Amino acid sequence: MTDTETDSGTGTGTGTATSAATPPGSPGGSTAQSAPAGAPPAKLRAWVTRAPLLPALVFLIIVTQLPMVATLVISVFDWNALYPEARSFAGLANYGEVLSDPELRKSVITTILLTVTVVLVSLVLGMLLALLLDRRFRGRGAVRTMLIAPFLLVPVAAALLWKHVLYNPEYGLFNGVLHWIFGDGAPQPEWVPEMPLGAVEASLVWQWTPFMMLILLAGLQSRPQDAVEAAWLDGASAWQVFRYITLPHLRRYLELGALLGTVYIVQNFDAVFTITSGGLGTANLPYTIYETFYQGHEYGLASAAGVLVVIGSIVIATFALRVVSSLFREEARS
Amino acid sequence: MTTATRTASAPPPVDTAPKKVRRRNAALGLLAWLAGILFVLPVLWMALTSLHSEADAATNPPSLAAPLTLDGYREFFGAGGGPSPWFSLANSLTASVVSTVCVLLLALPAAYALSIRPVKKWTDVLFFFLSTKMLPIVAGLLPIYLFAKNSGMLDNIWLLVILYTSMNLPIAVWMMQSFLAEIPTALIEAAQIDGARLPMILTRVVAPIAMPGIAATSLICFIFSWNEMLFARVLTGVIAQTAPVFLTGFITSQGLFLAKVCAASLVISLPVLAAGFAAQDKLVQGLSLGAVK
Repeated sequence: MTDTETDSGTGTGTGTATSAATPPGSPGGSTAQSAPAGAPPAKLRAWVTRAPLLPALVFLIIVTQLPMVATLVISVFDWNALYPEARSFAGLANYGEVLSDPELRKSVITTILLTVTVVLVSLVLGMLLALLLDRRFRGRGAVRTMLIAPFLLVPVAAALLWKHVLYNPEYGLFNGVLHWIFGDGAPQPEWVPEMPLGAVEASLVWQWTPFMMLILLAGLQSRPQDAVEAAWLDGASAWQVFRYITLPHLRRYLELGALLGTVYIVQNFDAVFTITSGGLGTANLPYTIYETFYQGHEYGLASAAGVLVVIGSIVIATFALRVVSSLFREEARS
Repeated sequence: MTTATRTASAPPPVDTAPKKVRRRNAALGLLAWLAGILFVLPVLWMALTSLHSEADAATNPPSLAAPLTLDGYREFFGAGGGPSPWFSLANSLTASVVSTVCVLLLALPAAYALSIRPVKKWTDVLFFFLSTKMLPIVAGLLPIYLFAKNSGMLDNIWLLVILYTSMNLPIAVWMMQSFLAEIPTALIEAAQIDGARLPMILTRVVAPIAMPGIAATSLICFIFSWNEMLFARVLTGVIAQTAPVFLTGFITSQGLFLAKVCAASLVISLPVLAAGFAAQDKLVQGLSLGAVK
């Protein structure tokens, strides 16, 4: 009894597998089970297979892709919400204006600076921390938990913490510690006005280093142990092991961390909005677009800037997807 | 065998190691502790400040040993006559929990069709899901705002539920796909032969095995929805205001309010801290969109 059951089980199993893998109407799919009511069986079965996928797919296309199309349409109109009657077709004029507006151009540079700095610094710090954690020592779990904590604050809360509790020139912790160390004559810098972009970057590095650490730690722990051991036995130094075994193995994880970090940080709005309110030259693209449409009511212009951000993101995303898919395929093989 | 070599190898053999190596290991362990303390220090400082009176919170140099009080928390919850945070906390809870449930209802069947009984070109579909996550939210914000304004959905929490569902759906599909791919197909085939239909297979066979994965996915979706601020800021006002939007009320400083800010930030971050520590091991997998296990 059990024997026949397993037999028929594997039988239908291969049947469905072929019908999923081969084009509809191919002999492999249609011979396995003949349809009861004359309907084209392979085609029907293909739709039955697809059915569970459709709600999610349709929902996602409507909610995420339609607005992008609308943005594309609005971007070729001269449209200020305060003068709705004056809406007119503008062709590519908005794009010209976006690319020639010094403020918007500056926000492009700010976005790049902010993203590159935060991603690189948190990647390097994250790697050092991951290396420290990839060894046995007392309280390793506790240290890991402490390191993750910054990442688990609500982003607005973390930004408020830096703005008011750490940076505040009168009663912030940074100046308080300076006061402690150097006494009454201690320097008491105004952190945010003196280095506005650096202030935003520091808070983001603090929040994103744990993310990089987690990814790289996962990478370190998937490192082939026998190669490391062989190298130790051959008398390799710690540096040589790192340089010739660990680093090449980590390359893909470094790329992944960098690209995902880029995808998330290019979009950052909360820190810029909270710490500097986009002032002092810290307005990045998301903030500028938000301001252009929310306060400036320049719908056409904001949409054109949005389309440009999307194009930039697609370039980054193409690389990101490639790395993800190579990791994905590697895993499927193993 | 592998585990045996692992235990013996990770640091160079400890028992035979010379004193120098052991001392170096101790130093590196100490360094890790220092780094951990340095990273967590601002959070601890925030917790301490939230327990000080406003006068003690804003001193320079800081007063470490000031008496503790819950006044900051009382103030935050509206004892001093300020706006009460309860509505925004309830809104955040609604938006996060309901959108997470919606995400699971959509993602579970989709992941099924991408792993257990895969459609043709299922990897392409999977990567399409992922690609939507890489487009910046801000680029679609204006049409969504215009739609909400014209259909009377502005300041409506259900709009946020829909948007958060779409925001988290790709991550959830990826995570669920990788979890479901681990379920042995023989088990599902056996259920099919017994005549079970898809809903039955999903609830009775797939769901129980995938439960830890479902839990981790839910926690990640919950965190992202709870944290979201840009949509909430633009699309809600008074009625549907969420907790992060409530926090933006603290951006401009207003006299002595440091203890209150700290209390507010901590209380509003508490659900994320709890969910994050609970899902610590799955956190990377969710954040890296399933690329890292």
